[in-house]
Parts: sequence; C-alpha cells; structure tokens
Amino acid sequence: MNIPSDLKYTKNDEWVRVEGDTATTGVSDYAQNALSDIVYVELPAVGNSFKQGESYGSVESVKAASDVYLPVGGTITAINDALASTPEVVNGDPYVAGWMVKFTLSDPAELNALMDAAAYAKYCEERK
Amino acid sequence: MSYCPHTPTDRAEMLAAIGEKSIEDLFEDVPARVRFPKLNIPDPLSELETMAELRELAEANADAQRNPCFLGAGAYNHFSPSILNHLILRGEFLTAYTPYQPEITQGTLQAIYEFQSMICALTGMDVANASHYDGATSMAEAVIMAYSHHREKRKKVIVSPAIHLQYREVLRTYTQGMDLSIVGDEDPETDLADLARMLDKDTTLLIVQSPNFFGQIENLDGLAEQAHAVGALLCVAVDPISLGLLKPPGQLGADIVVGEGQGLGIPLSNGGPYCGFFATKKDYVRKMAGRLVGEAKDRDGRRGYVLTLATREQHIKREKATSNICTNQGLMALAATIYMATLGKHGLRRVAELCWHKSHYAAKSLAEIGYSVDTTKPFIKEFVVQCPRPVSEVNAHLFDEWGIIGGYDLSNDYATLPTHMLLCVTEMNTREEIDALVEALAELKN
Repeated sequence: MNIPSDLKYTKNDEWVRVEGDTATTGVSDYAQNALSDIVYVELPAVGNSFKQGESYGSVESVKAASDVYLPVGGTITAINDALASTPEVVNGDPYVAGWMVKFTLSDPAELNALMDAAAYAKYCEERK
Repeated sequence: MSYCPHTPTDRAEMLAAIGEKSIEDLFEDVPARVRFPKLNIPDPLSELETMAELRELAEANADAQRNPCFLGAGAYNHFSPSILNHLILRGEFLTAYTPYQPEITQGTLQAIYEFQSMICALTGMDVANASHYDGATSMAEAVIMAYSHHREKRKKVIVSPAIHLQYREVLRTYTQGMDLSIVGDEDPETDLADLARMLDKDTTLLIVQSPNFFGQIENLDGLAEQAHAVGALLCVAVDPISLGLLKPPGQLGADIVVGEGQGLGIPLSNGGPYCGFFATKKDYVRKMAGRLVGEAKDRDGRRGYVLTLATREQHIKREKATSNICTNQGLMALAATIYMATLGKHGLRRVAELCWHKSHYAAKSLAEIGYSVDTTKPFIKEFVVQCPRPVSEVNAHLFDEWGIIGGYDLSNDYATLPTHMLLCVTEMNTREEIDALVEALAELKN
C-alpha cells in the first residue's frame, strides 16, 4: 500500500498536504482500494467553508457511496474539475492526480490531531 | 411477461414437500369458526344484476361526460383520444410499476424513455425522470433535491401564494422534520417581486406556478437570474397543456420544472391516479429523485434501454439518496406519452389555443353582463370571476336549474376571495355550453 511520508492522514482515510497556509486533500490508497471502482465524485463549490471533520462531498463507487470529510477546517479555494469526467483517476493516482479540493486553513493547530504516515500505516494494518 | 398462477400440480408438489395432504389440512390449526365466519353481507348477485346496480350508483353522480363542466383547479377536463385507452389496457403495459427486473421489459422502459424525452421537449429541460405520484409530490421532490444540492445548508424555501394550496400542503407534509422554513405564502397578495426580495443566502429554492392557481401567466423574466444571484434554484410548476402555447420554463432559466400530467389525456376519475412530472438541468441529474431510464447499446450495437438512476439511488447511495421514493406512475405516464404522441406538437398547440380562446370568450361574455372578471394578468384556461352571492349558492343554481357543474369556490382556500369563483374552460366546452353558463349567471345578476 502506498502511504506517502510527507502527508497527514485522518481516521476516515483522507490525506492532507499542507503548503504554507493552503492545503490539498483527497482519499488515501487504502480508501480507494476499499471503495473499488469509483464512478462519481461530488465536490463543493469554491468559497464554501467547512469545519474540521465536516463532510464536504461524497465519493460513489460501484459498491457504495461515502462522504468525504475535510481533515481540518477551512474554505475551499479550488476543486479538481477533472474528476467530473474521469473519477477513476482517484483509483489510479489517489495522492496526485486524484486530489479533490484545495482550501485555506482556518486553524493550522488542528493539524496536530492528524496521523503521520507511520501512525496511519499502523492504523491501516490494524484494520486488515 | 404473463401472469402464471400455481397449477394444481404445483400446489400438490408444494403440499407434498411440507408433508400436507391438502390446503384444508395446512390450515387445520386455524379454528373453523375463524376460517369460515358468517359474514353479514347481502346475498350474491348475478353479473347482470351487479352491473345494473353499479350503473345505477354511477348514474347518481353528475360527471363531466354528461354535464357541462367548468370546474378545474388542478384537475382538468381534456379530451382523451380513444387510442389512449386501447393501448394502455394492453396486458404488456398494464402495471403501474417500473419492474424490479427492469431490463427484461424493454417495451416498458422504452415507453418511459419516450415520456421523459417528451417532457424534456415540452418543458425545455435537459432531463426528466420516470414520473411521480402527482404534481404535488413532484414539487415536494424539487424541494428535497434543492436542499440536497445545497448540502442541507440552506433552510429557506420561498413559495408563491398563487401555487395550488394542496401542493403547498403536500410540500409541508412531505418535508416535515427536515427543519425547513417554508415562507412567502402567508399573504395572498404577495407577488413575484415581493418573493424575489425574500431571496437570500439561506434560500435553497424559490417555487412559482405559471399559469398559477388562478390561471394567470406569471411574468418570469429575470426571476431565475435573481434566484441564481444568491445561489438559490428556481422551480416552476406548470400546466403541460399551456406549454403548447407558452414559452417553456427551461428557456426562462428555471432549474426544475414540475407539474401534473393529468391533463395529458388522463380522465377525471375521482381524483386519481394522476401523474407528476419532474424535469431539471443535467447538472443536477445525480441529485434527482425517482427513476431515470437511459438509452444504451447491447454488445452487438443494438439499441436498448436500462434503468440508469434507480440503481444508484437505491442500491448504492441508500440512506444518502436524495429520495428513496422511486415509485412512478408507469401506466399514467404511458397514457400521457400516447396523448402527446397522438396530438403531436401542432395538436398540443391547438388544444392550448382552444383553451385560451374559449376561456377568453367566456370571460368577455361574463364581463359584458356586468360580472367583475380579474384581467390584471394574462390568463389561459382559467380565470377568477366575482359572484353576486356566495359561490356555493351560485353553483347550486347552476346545477339545479341548468345541469351545469360550476367553478371552484375560492373561499375554500382564500379568505380574501369570499365570493370569487375560479372558472375553467377547455376545448371540451362548446360555445353553446359557455353561452348557457353566461345566461345562467345573468339570472343571478338581477
């Protein structure tokens, strides 16, 4: 399983990449594998704000529909429009091409509650 | 698919499998007095006698077949071509449900696909679903879709007081417990400009009806832009017959168009079954309730039809689905489809023109004998007329003396309209009938 070391992770299997005061998020390799073939990704409008752990969209696979939650609170600045026509890139490349939204952090201290790669690898291992 | 009952052989095999000799043995544990209680009902009648009794009961009712009818208010007396009944009674079609193993019944799916396509053409929208119970539930589903579109963050729904009262009541029943604030219809004088001023960042949907409950054509120019400016959606409830003549709401920027399809050849029949239609823009298709039939190709490239949306809604999204009411009015949607196909674009326009001209002829004639007719807005098919005494008395006079079924008593729904009648004139009303109505009402004027 691919768990990049430079990212932070949530118990709901989202990842977050922080660059300055903005961040990018998506779902982890573990999540895409559990969901199986993803057929639709529903994303919010730019400008919407969400609290930490609040649902900002949903991912539908051929098996299930799941909400996706913002790892830390913030305001959406960009969404990955490519996912509207090619949602399957979330399966193929969850950490780069399969990103979902970019947002500004409302409180960087919230990042402290997230797992690092090592902790997340252990968390995934426990659920096997 | 044919209906295959159990044969005597099937029953014998099933009884043998559970070790019983007969059905009577199977139910032996149920006391005989409960199994065969004495029922306090009249003696049986022959078919001949039954028919005679039922006919007598039916004839005790006045109906639009035998009496001139000027009653509308959401249920309309339009012509139903005979081809319609002949086709919908065919065994292949005679089920109200979308089948649970849908792809095996390609004919049913194709009929629904045609219905969806025609509703799209009529309303000027991208996509229509397989139908709902009636126009009122279609409107309620529009609210749920908008609410879901806004991720349940916007709580305000603005409704025009000129929307059919029963639609607004169904909407409130349907959405109770959702913590929505449904506003705008408190004061019957509230107009579109007032409603537009109520739009704000908490508004999920603005709903108007045109022609409205009073038959008036609302000026919807710019309304969609005003709703969109605050991020709200616009839903327009329509009479499909009027769209033979009027600009489709899709061209006016509506996000959702709903309505009652009964007027499309489905007879007035004690209030049902009816057929609600629901159309929207492609952007919202994944939030749309109900079922959607799509066209597909099989592996040999031949055209076929599949249930595109129901699977997602019920089987994948489950509790996250916008709505899990996926029942449609299959048979009534088929009736509407046959009606639209039979009349065609020009026929539908002709029906709408007849409704326009005949209702205007009636309104003009009533104005000439001194009745006050509301002509503040353009109208089609229906209009409001003020009577010299309560509408219940006027209707009693019309029926008792003239055999005419009069209009709708607006005092039922609007305290501000105590002696006002909503008259409906369709292509079914002859000039003689309209002249008789005018003459009958003239008697009350003196």
